[in-house]
Amino acid sequence: MDVILFLVFALIAVVCAINVVVQTHPISSAISLVGVMGSLAVLYLLLGAEFLAAAQVIVYAGAIMVLFVFTIMLLNAGAESKKGKSLMVQLLGVPLLVAFLALMAFYVEHLFPSNTMVHFGGFTGGGVKEIGRALFTTYLLPFEATSILILIAILGAIVLARKEMD
Amino acid sequence: MMNQIPISWFLTLSAVLFALGVAGFLFRRNIITVFMSIELMLNAVNLSFVTFSYQNKSIHGHLFAFFVMVVAAAEAAVGLAIILTIFKNRQTLTIDEIDSMKN
Repeated sequence: MDVILFLVFALIAVVCAINVVVQTHPISSAISLVGVMGSLAVLYLLLGAEFLAAAQVIVYAGAIMVLFVFTIMLLNAGAESKKGKSLMVQLLGVPLLVAFLALMAFYVEHLFPSNTMVHFGGFTGGGVKEIGRALFTTYLLPFEATSILILIAILGAIVLARKEMD
Repeated sequence: MMNQIPISWFLTLSAVLFALGVAGFLFRRNIITVFMSIELMLNAVNLSFVTFSYQNKSIHGHLFAFFVMVVAAAEAAVGLAIILTIFKNRQTLTIDEIDSMKN
């Protein structure tokens, strides 16, 4: 059951990720990216990360992707033109990508032999209680730093977006 | 046996998603799609963090993934504001045409 669940959602994630890369219109890429993030949330649940699964759906698939879609709408972004691809990209692009992928897969298989098996319920420490406790004790300083970071990001976004051009 | 997934499958999926993000970052011309590829790579890394957290039966990987999410949100806000400003100045989203630093 767990294997089927993993395979189904891994397949959805990979197909959507390929779609993100090959679609020419940015709005199609954005919708595919929501598919990737949604299936990753299910995989997080499988790994026992309940809080992160919820945060993934709310923050990534919700907030960040809405921001993307909003920008695409605001800029009226059309499909990108196909012309002018260099010969090197056409010839070497996909083979190099496959080689990069094969290298990474080889090292993953080599470094992590399948002695650890994942099954649903194997790790239950990813709830809100445990995350909250770690966040406000061990990780208090980074947490406060991120609050300042977000404040700066909000101010920066406002300043950049409102700037009068000359 | 049907209930057990090797941990390397998760890591391989993470590697596949990361490679696709790299491909999108390098091949695409639309600046918004390039930015989305960066988000794809961040998601792939988050999956690795959560998987290692499962392997070590500890919470720390989850906290790392949480902070990555927070930074990604801040980055998306600032990055999209920069894209808006670029579009306002140059009326284009194609990264090949935004090359004034070359000359």
